Amino acid sequence: MTGPPLLRMSGITKSFLGVRVLHGVDLELRPGRLHALVGENGAGKSTLMKVLAGVHRADEGTVELEGSPVSFEHPLQAQRAGVSTVFQEFNLLPERTVAENVFLGREIRRRGWVDGRAMERATAALLSDLDLRGIDPRARVGSLSVAEQQVVEIVKALSHDARIISMDEPTAALADHEVETLYRIIGRLLARGVAVLYVSHRMREIFDLAHTITVLKDGRLVDTVSADAVTPTDLVRKMVGRPVSAVFPEPLTPHGEHVGRVRLSVSGGGNAQLDGIDLQVRGGEILGLGGLQGSGRTEVAHALFGIERFTRGEVFVDGRRIDARSPRQAVRAGLVLVTEDRKAQGLALNQSIAANGRLVLDAVWPFGSARRARRLPEILSSVELVARAGHGQDVRYLSGGNQQKVVLAKWLAAEPGVMVLDEPTRGIDVGAKQAVYRLMRELAAAGVAIVLISSELPELIGMSDRLVVLRDGRVAGELPGGSGEEAVMAMATGSPHGNDPDPAVDDPRTPPGSGDEVVDDAMKGTGASTPPPTPSADPVPPTGDGGEDPSARHEEAAP
Amino acid sequence: MTPNTGTSSALSPRSALAASFRGGTATAALLLALIFVVIATQNPSFFEGPPLMAFAKKAAPLVILAVGQYLVIVSGEFDLSVGSLVGAQVVIAARLIDGEESMTLPVIALMLVFGLVVGLVNGLVTTLLRVQSIITTLGTMLILFGAVRYWTGGAPTGALSESFRVPGRGGIEDVPFFGQVPWALVIALVVAVAAVLCMRSPFGRALVATGDNDVAAAFSGVRVWRTRTMAFIGSSLLATVAAVLIGGFAGVTAQVGEGLEFTAITAVVLGGVVLGGGRGTVVAAVLGALTVEALFTLFNQLYLPSTIQPSVQGLIIIAAVAYAARRGDLRLPERLRRRPDHPTERTLGSSRR
Repeated sequence: MTGPPLLRMSGITKSFLGVRVLHGVDLELRPGRLHALVGENGAGKSTLMKVLAGVHRADEGTVELEGSPVSFEHPLQAQRAGVSTVFQEFNLLPERTVAENVFLGREIRRRGWVDGRAMERATAALLSDLDLRGIDPRARVGSLSVAEQQVVEIVKALSHDARIISMDEPTAALADHEVETLYRIIGRLLARGVAVLYVSHRMREIFDLAHTITVLKDGRLVDTVSADAVTPTDLVRKMVGRPVSAVFPEPLTPHGEHVGRVRLSVSGGGNAQLDGIDLQVRGGEILGLGGLQGSGRTEVAHALFGIERFTRGEVFVDGRRIDARSPRQAVRAGLVLVTEDRKAQGLALNQSIAANGRLVLDAVWPFGSARRARRLPEILSSVELVARAGHGQDVRYLSGGNQQKVVLAKWLAAEPGVMVLDEPTRGIDVGAKQAVYRLMRELAAAGVAIVLISSELPELIGMSDRLVVLRDGRVAGELPGGSGEEAVMAMATGSPHGNDPDPAVDDPRTPPGSGDEVVDDAMKGTGASTPPPTPSADPVPPTGDGGEDPSARHEEAAP
Repeated sequence: MTPNTGTSSALSPRSALAASFRGGTATAALLLALIFVVIATQNPSFFEGPPLMAFAKKAAPLVILAVGQYLVIVSGEFDLSVGSLVGAQVVIAARLIDGEESMTLPVIALMLVFGLVVGLVNGLVTTLLRVQSIITTLGTMLILFGAVRYWTGGAPTGALSESFRVPGRGGIEDVPFFGQVPWALVIALVVAVAAVLCMRSPFGRALVATGDNDVAAAFSGVRVWRTRTMAFIGSSLLATVAAVLIGGFAGVTAQVGEGLEFTAITAVVLGGVVLGGGRGTVVAAVLGALTVEALFTLFNQLYLPSTIQPSVQGLIIIAAVAYAARRGDLRLPERLRRRPDHPTERTLGSSRR
């Protein structure tokens, strides 16, 4: 691990709209080494990558490439300097061929005309360099699998003679066997002396691949460690170990007839993305649904709400079996969903507060809407909406927090028995967050069953009576309210949460390119984080094996 | 955090009035007044009653078509088929009635059914088969146009009955000052008032919300396909009403209805109703229709050739939309409105293809 760094970023600071998301972060990449960047959602990983890629410009700090300072103002500049990035969202044209995509914008020409043959030959050469002869350079990109498309992205990066490749959650969209291919490619890249920056949430991949690990938290550098010198448990602790910054209101005394009764019950729910979902929520209870992005939290909400419904299993609301095929049916059954994307899914922005507030009533109960809408002013004041220009004001002029209050009011007008809140405080200010928390407490006390989905762990833990953690579309386990953030993260990432992991797994990092073996011995033991910790648990359980493992809930037998 | 801020004002008539002047209604009213002033300087007797009623009679069909077009545009779609539909309806009426008084009412009923079917087809093809409405209704327009040509062998045959022509030509006679108050004006008023009330109903609110953000509307329980189909049916039924007036007023020719869809869209856009949906009012669409008709009247008075009218319409459409864009009223495409740094959640193994 010696030798001069290929790239050195120092003191990188970046703010968006006055909010500082990176505070003087340092990072060094060395040839032939894989540097993992870890942290919670919103820790600044993606921003740092984008600074490196030339998408964002750092406000302060320097980037040195082989000792000489560089400043990328455009992704093209970065690519020309040998820094390529494979983003989470692919930038491929699905209707063009592999070769055309690889050489997009830099087509090989002969006498002014694009030389398709030459591009195909060059692409084939790049592919065979990586020992990937299965992909035809003439194939239409849209006809390839996701993993193959990812390979095309990587080949595209290589065709720029990249010496540094950064990858943002490259396995997020891959199935297990496809991950192995990626491991192999990464191994080849490292062997050629390419430096790789790797962002991932998955402990297993990080310990399989990384030589060095940098932990970011709230935009600050926590630590840069050698992968040999850290255990997964330590790493998780570094990622989440922050003081609880927000204060959550205490639960109120419950009242009302529904308190304590099971209002929402899901058994064996599954569809294309979910499997074996079992949930029970009682009136007066707030159930937190935890998990990483892509673990299936939103999918559960959508399944309940009839958008992408459960094709297996049963859902009961207030004892009645429902099979919602549309939001309308779910609302009629008394189940509502506050969607995560307020602007795209929650509001008609050009309409007034009043019109948005009564939209559900108008849509679902057109003949009683006027009568029901009489409660609307009362509801809008109960969510503490501040609208200086009155309720005739268009919602697009409101702040994010007030917009969210309109969304909440819209759903409260439907008098739901079960409320699913998907990221209800995303992008709103502290005051509005507090208002949302208070409202949740009031609703719970009145006997509403609440399912809370949140990527903010303190919020999830602070507000929930119980936590169900999802991983890869399955229930990974259940935790009591007030559990430690580390326990939740451990369960969500599938890393062990225990005092003393087996020493044998302290260096599960295998030489890149031979990750295949690890897949086999890590097929079980995802429930390691259920307290009390079981020492016999496999310390580095797989995170990507959800597709094959039939038992979704690993209730590990007590030793 | 004072509760009840503005609650009372939200329900007051003052605010309702203010709301009805949003979305360009005031601009359209101003433009209409301006054109009327110019007309008055050219022809001071224009406001003396009978000339005004003649103007109303002539403008009524366009007002009705504009209301129909408004329903579709505010829901985020287009209806290009109305012009052909008017032509088809007039030709059907002439051929089936063939001067026979007793056939009038049955044929009008048949026309309404035909209009309903055309609207239903437009709506269902657009919503369920997911063909963009501009293509669906372009197709319907051509189909109707060709079918009518084929059916009549190129030239319309038959004749309308006298009673069929009453709504388009007749009126309440001997009204002081006005002389004859045309039925067309009465019908247009009824249509406009009904449309205003409809837009204040749960259906109307759902329709506007659908045009504004159909995803949010669907998440709120709106049956988007049904709502939009209803808008298409409304447009086709109103086109049928307009056909009765136009047939009565102008008689049967091979060209009847030609280009009316574009005039109607011009009228709606001029009223400040934003293409793409979700913004604008019925009143604005009606004012837009009156403005377009007044402009044509002014052209006549200035002895400008009527052949220039399409060019003027073209200018109006571009200018009106550019004006709305300048005010920042045009919606950004959905993908641009999404927050960029918020990756969509995706599960393992779910294909992006």
